[in-house]
Amino acid sequence: MLSTRLYRNIRLGIKTLLLHKLRSLLTVLGVVFGVGSVIAMLSVGEGASREALEQIRMLGSNNIIVSSMKPAEDESASTTRTMMSIYGLTYRDEQRIRETIPHVSTTVPVKLVRKNTFLGERQMELRVVGTSPEWFELVSRRVIAGRVLAPRDIEGLSNVCVLTESGARKLLATHSTIGERIRIGLDYFTVIGIVRSETAGGGIQTPDLDIDAYVPISVARTRFGDMVIRMTAGAREAEMVELHQILVEVDSTENVEPVAEALETMLARFHRRRDYRISVPLALLRQAEATRRTFNIVLGSIAGISLLVGGIGIMNIMLASVTERTREIGVRRAIGARRSQIISQFLIETVVLSTVGGVIGISVGAFIPWSISRFAGMPTIVTMWSLVLSLGISMTIGIIFGIYPAMRAAKLDPIVALRHE
Amino acid sequence: MSNLTSHGPNGEVVRLESVSKVYYMGTQSVKAMVDVSISFEEGCFTAIMGPSGSGKSTMLNLLGCLDRPTSGKYFLSGQDVSNMEDNELSAMRLRRLGFIFQSFNLIPQLTVAENIEMPLYYMGWAADESKSRAEQLAAMVGLSERLDHRPAELSGGQQQRVAVARALANDPSVILADEPTGNLDSATGAQIMDLMADLNSQGKTIIMVTHESHIAVYAKRRIHMLDGRIERIEEAA
Repeated sequence: MLSTRLYRNIRLGIKTLLLHKLRSLLTVLGVVFGVGSVIAMLSVGEGASREALEQIRMLGSNNIIVSSMKPAEDESASTTRTMMSIYGLTYRDEQRIRETIPHVSTTVPVKLVRKNTFLGERQMELRVVGTSPEWFELVSRRVIAGRVLAPRDIEGLSNVCVLTESGARKLLATHSTIGERIRIGLDYFTVIGIVRSETAGGGIQTPDLDIDAYVPISVARTRFGDMVIRMTAGAREAEMVELHQILVEVDSTENVEPVAEALETMLARFHRRRDYRISVPLALLRQAEATRRTFNIVLGSIAGISLLVGGIGIMNIMLASVTERTREIGVRRAIGARRSQIISQFLIETVVLSTVGGVIGISVGAFIPWSISRFAGMPTIVTMWSLVLSLGISMTIGIIFGIYPAMRAAKLDPIVALRHE
Repeated sequence: MSNLTSHGPNGEVVRLESVSKVYYMGTQSVKAMVDVSISFEEGCFTAIMGPSGSGKSTMLNLLGCLDRPTSGKYFLSGQDVSNMEDNELSAMRLRRLGFIFQSFNLIPQLTVAENIEMPLYYMGWAADESKSRAEQLAAMVGLSERLDHRPAELSGGQQQRVAVARALANDPSVILADEPTGNLDSATGAQIMDLMADLNSQGKTIIMVTHESHIAVYAKRRIHMLDGRIERIEEAA
């Protein structure tokens, strides 16, 4: 009974709105853009933050990354010719971390060397990462072919390497992959495996570039040594770094922060200068989540303003409609309609307008992010809650901005309304 | 509907007891009706006449439960309407009254059938019941073929017939007509008056406001008003 009444009311509302097609269309358009922009903005925000979070998560939320950092004083001293700077993490550091700090489950040494690599007449520079087998567990990479490093490779000082996918494509193109021997620097290495390369941009440092060759840490240490000499514009620059990074895995998430503090204390005791940096992905993750929340609120609010403008459009048109239909209101009242029935009649019209706008807005709002991703290459994510939220908001706006015109209609004195020309 | 069960002893449907209506415009007060007492019997056909400003429109508004008297009492079907709330007045209009206006006042976006059904809609009738009632009423005013037309597609006379059908939909105790022929040419006007006379002969109570005497002759009783008072009452032979 009530629902058939509502159904008839809605039908009447639609009928009345269709009487002024252009006017209703323009009003709906205001809501469409409002809802569309809210969804688009939220999806851009969501996409950007999801990407950042994904990158951080790739580092592992239970991991702590300790990196070598050239101290500031060495940086300025580098103008001095042929000066050797010795800094950074040492093999002893790694051992101390592993042995003395509680809750540390694994440590992974990382040594980075840039080397020219040759295969036949093909040559390219790639980053050689000397590391241990655990690296592949901590920084999860999908194995495409072959195998990753194994403990026996470390112990046996085997000249083997694992390549990333894109590196393998460039270097090994047209050659068979696994078992191929390539020359890195002066030594020959056998390719034992290929892993998927994860392109990680966005300013977050990962120990992984597009073109990497992973070799056993022991091999990197013995074959390439700790000294790097770089020739820059006639000047020679030498650096002595034992380890570029130490990845520390902590046994559980709640211990990440205490371990980070312990690392700080320990490294401060053994390093005279501040030549290392500790980054905690978990902290970054938390921070990024907070930033993301603020970001989304700001973007959503900006878009919400256009939704508000849409609402004002509805109110404007309904006020005009009330004035125009004063007679009708008078007739309905004379026939016996109660004030509340007049209110609901007009409210239903505004809610129909705003809901139609909301529904169309959702499809527009879903299309905009799609085209942004497609043409601008920005990641976007349309979440269910943003759809529900904006539809809810648009309906609410219909009610809020419809209530005043509807009340005005209901307040009309039927005698005056009937006399209205 | 058994709507005529509760009226007064003499078969009267409407009784005004020393009703006055005063409008305030700023500091000035206008006495639109002064101490009017009159009753209308069931089945009567009454015309209220008078020049503009005589109070006949005010009287119609009061009778139509669109306004409340400043003083005095108004009984409609035995119920005291004088001090009713807005919602109660709406209910009275919905159940007891039917309106016919000078300018027809049909809702333009609705079809003929939907216009006729409107009172039934507010009374909460089911769609199919009110539809068959509308068909029946349309047939009565000779517009069966026009049920799905919009008011704009009809002539003035036809629109007024729709309005008559709408006024009859709730089977009212009293039909109030405000210059029902005012917007029609004389031939069409005569047709509408014939229709109203016909309804009256079927027992409908009709109170009509007009200033045209050739329209007023259709009524059995004519009340002449002047300056807010009843000047004289003519009874047809």
